[in-house]
Amino acid sequence: MTQSFRIENGGLINRDKKISFKFNGKNFFGYEGDTLASALIANGVHLIGRSFKYHRPRGFFGAGVDEPYAIVQLYRNGETEPNIKATEQELFQGLEAKSINCWPSVNFDVGAINNLLKMFLPAGFYYKTFMWPKSFWYKIYEPFIRKAAGLGTASIKHDKERYEHKYEYCDLLITGSGPSGLASAYSAAKNGAKVILAEDKSRFGGTLLTSEVNIGNQSGKDWADSIISELKEMPNVTVKNRSQVFGYYDHNMLVMSERISDHLPKTKKFHPKQRLWYIRAKEVLISSGSIERPIVFGNNDTPGVMLSSAAKEYMKVYGVLVGRKPLVFTNNDSGYETAIEFKKNGIDPIILDTRKEPQSEIIEEAKSMNIDIKNSYVVVAAKGYKKVKSADIAKISDDKEELGLIENIDCDCICVSGFWTPTIHLASQSGNKTKFNEDIDAFVPGISKQNEKTLGAANGIYTLEETLIDSFEKGNLLSKKITNNDNKISFPNVVEKKSTVHDKFWCVPLPKGKNYKRFLDFQNDVAVSDIEIALKEGYRSIEHVKRYTTLGMATDQGKTSNLNGLQLVSKIENKVVPSVGHTTFRPPYSPISIGAIVGREVGKHSKPTRKSPMHSWHEKNNAVFVDAGVWLRPRYYKRGNENLFEASKREAKNVRKNVGVCDVTTLGKIDIKGPDAAELLNRVYTNAWLKLPVGKARYGVMLREDGIVMDDGTTTRISENHYHMTTTTAQAANVLSHLEYYLQIVWPELNVNVVSTTEQWAGAAIAGPKSRDVLKKLFPLVDVSNEGLPFMGYVESELFGAKARIFRISFSGELAYEVNVESDNGNFMWEKILEVGEEFEIQPYGTEALSTLRIEMGHVAGSELDGRTIPYDNSLEGLVSKKKDFIGKRSLSRKAFIAEDRQKIVGVVPLDKKTSIPEGSHLVEDSRAPMPNPKIGYISASCWSVEYDNPFSLAILKDGKNMIGKKLYVMSPLKNKVIPVEVVSSHYVDPKGERVRS
Amino acid sequence: MLHIKCPHCGMRSQNEFSYGGDATVKRPELGKEISDQDWNNFVYNRKSLRGKHWELWQHLSGCRQWIKIQRDTATHEIFKTLKANEEIS
Repeated sequence: MTQSFRIENGGLINRDKKISFKFNGKNFFGYEGDTLASALIANGVHLIGRSFKYHRPRGFFGAGVDEPYAIVQLYRNGETEPNIKATEQELFQGLEAKSINCWPSVNFDVGAINNLLKMFLPAGFYYKTFMWPKSFWYKIYEPFIRKAAGLGTASIKHDKERYEHKYEYCDLLITGSGPSGLASAYSAAKNGAKVILAEDKSRFGGTLLTSEVNIGNQSGKDWADSIISELKEMPNVTVKNRSQVFGYYDHNMLVMSERISDHLPKTKKFHPKQRLWYIRAKEVLISSGSIERPIVFGNNDTPGVMLSSAAKEYMKVYGVLVGRKPLVFTNNDSGYETAIEFKKNGIDPIILDTRKEPQSEIIEEAKSMNIDIKNSYVVVAAKGYKKVKSADIAKISDDKEELGLIENIDCDCICVSGFWTPTIHLASQSGNKTKFNEDIDAFVPGISKQNEKTLGAANGIYTLEETLIDSFEKGNLLSKKITNNDNKISFPNVVEKKSTVHDKFWCVPLPKGKNYKRFLDFQNDVAVSDIEIALKEGYRSIEHVKRYTTLGMATDQGKTSNLNGLQLVSKIENKVVPSVGHTTFRPPYSPISIGAIVGREVGKHSKPTRKSPMHSWHEKNNAVFVDAGVWLRPRYYKRGNENLFEASKREAKNVRKNVGVCDVTTLGKIDIKGPDAAELLNRVYTNAWLKLPVGKARYGVMLREDGIVMDDGTTTRISENHYHMTTTTAQAANVLSHLEYYLQIVWPELNVNVVSTTEQWAGAAIAGPKSRDVLKKLFPLVDVSNEGLPFMGYVESELFGAKARIFRISFSGELAYEVNVESDNGNFMWEKILEVGEEFEIQPYGTEALSTLRIEMGHVAGSELDGRTIPYDNSLEGLVSKKKDFIGKRSLSRKAFIAEDRQKIVGVVPLDKKTSIPEGSHLVEDSRAPMPNPKIGYISASCWSVEYDNPFSLAILKDGKNMIGKKLYVMSPLKNKVIPVEVVSSHYVDPKGERVRS
Repeated sequence: MLHIKCPHCGMRSQNEFSYGGDATVKRPELGKEISDQDWNNFVYNRKSLRGKHWELWQHLSGCRQWIKIQRDTATHEIFKTLKANEEIS
């Protein structure tokens, strides 16, 4: 293919660098600096996709972010991305793109039958038609609709690209590098303010790149270039292109997405694909410009109908003609600028101006160039299917109601200008209540809510001189407030052609007997008739009209359609536009990739990973790890071909028979110091703490104010005013915050300090009948006899020179000790324990064996203390003091908590002593009762008892205290299991607790 | 994301803090008789105000101090922040 629509000279592309790319499997060439859209148009490709609902042919409508049609499936470096705007995608060597929403091909599309059936697809069609029968929705209607409608296809592969997040603070954030952005950035930068200037496109300058103006005796583009290069040299200024500020959030936080690699064939090594900037700005200057809006007429979605500003941009920036026989349809002077540009490139355009006798400098220039101008003329309808071939045009009466005789003229494109809509998204997101400006028929920002000001075209100021004066001043003023500098800038001489007022005309009436589709929203195929139906059916709020008709939805978010939609609603409703109001502008301004939002927090980086000091030993010794909150803990240590079940059974058995050692570093540890420490514990725990002697540990349960158990653990009195509290691994952070809350807010009079020491101590639990033998070897100087170090005793000593704390506490129910050393000595301790324990057949055990041991013993853990149980439910009522008050005590007298048949923990054994019981299963009395079968309890934890070699579970059962010996059924619909079971005591092994005291 | 002035550390981002509920709720004194209604009001019943609201936050990833913040629940505007021991006025 040749670039037959490329103009010989001109444009900002690099003609020395040819770039090859593929579209729908065909090879094409473009130049460096092209977008996919400009390169395709240069090659004469005007059909790019099919529309969402009717599958009508789609071409190009704009040249940037407002594009509703030209969205493609992009292929880059082995990955694919859906819904990329061809008008935004920069061309790179080897780019591949395909049309979307068409099958089998864009030229012959089966779904186009919808276009013939369009009388059956009015507004709300899906809502009305697919309502009944209900069961058809999931199986038939939804899959059909999803297949027929819809845009690109998301990749299901893992995205191997890297995305980054960056946090930044600045004095001024300026969003957009058109005339207002450049002028304000320049004066703020000269005052020494820290400025970030963000430009969405690859080129800086905005409209200065396409307008015929002169600033300080330079062309607009040259002036922009000189300002940008000066700004880039200033250390207090960050200038970013390909960076879109897409959201304005609370307290002047804005988010910007920087597309770092999307314009390259492949992301450079160590570079991210995109970077999301979270910017906290002291002041924000919104210089986002304006977007041209279309005039509505018959078949105005035919490929070849496009915005007049886009046609001009394709010529001036990319050196591309959008057609050779252009028709310019305008209600203002902007259309003339496009026509003049055509004429300069040797093309004869025809201007249809809805105005009767407009006069201005620009119009004079067009006339002097002998451009054919037809006043009081409109395009009634575009003709042609896959491309505009001609247009039906007619004179229109002064009141814009009556059409004259319809004439048909040849043309290959229709460039439309219906005046300009300020881009007020960011201002509106900041909380600014927008107001309607009658002069420009559009909304502009009202009174600032946060520290934001809107400049230039985004604020409805359409002359360059006024824009520059205002922007220089605002930039200076706001930066002066921050830096106290006041460097005046000499205002450059501005030359621009004066224009005259626009015509408020926006929609061409239908000629008699014709029923053309007149589209408002081009991406969602929403026509004038759809809005009319919605209003007839009683939809009034513009938000409802939007959702019923899909006006202004999808990837372009109605950037070219919203205002015309409002015009129509207000006309039918006989209201003024401001009283109809606009729909809410929500971030993002235009689509951003999910990867950018997630950033680097994916996979294992989605949360921090905490490892104990003994982690590398576990790794070297075949530990299989499990996530315990953010900790990684050994679940079991694999020997040979063992599986989880076999290994954990071996480890647990060895604890019961010999001795085992378990890494318990992850337990929460809180250091508590102060003269009122005992009083704090007495208020926090349910049992009594005032008389605990130094050198003793005590088990305690703490409640929330609502009486529910919050956590349990042992606390040891290290010295007179010094305690060491342990918490469960999961609740460590919550318990610390809980203590801090009561100390700082509720009882500030208590003289106590708390601090987390979880990471300062490494812990090893040594458990089993031979644990005392191991301890003797570890601490030869300590009297570890039952008298010297009794159950719940505590001593300090040295472990081969390392400072150590020894607690005689047990979670396994065996004779057991817990040794703590400073974290740096953790691995040393661990290796010493295994070394001296070898002769006693010591084995390390993981969390699976740990669970088995505690379940058999009926010791409660996280699965019982699950935020739904009180002390009684866990058979911990013996630890609830009747004498003193404590946190949550008052709630324990609630009616449900003292009910006779209150739930209580029990043990459950399958009658066949073989079938494992799934955790979470329900307990019922009659397995064959009709559904819903009333549940009387649930399985909280299950294990294979190593003591009795059969399955054993803990359960929370209604009226548990009277249920021992009862036969019930465990039901697990999830696992399709019904298991007859017997209820037993929760203390399945050693019910009297003799072993821990032995 | 809110920008919160910790009275101890200065302006910090919201993700350093955690929310802690109504700052005007007073815990009943320990060991004092209290009616079911009053206790329920303390534990459960909260007003869901639109507008100015005194609330507790903890500067979790900072100084770990609990602080009091007067915030507009509709606009997120923050009017005042106080240390735990400063009285709401």
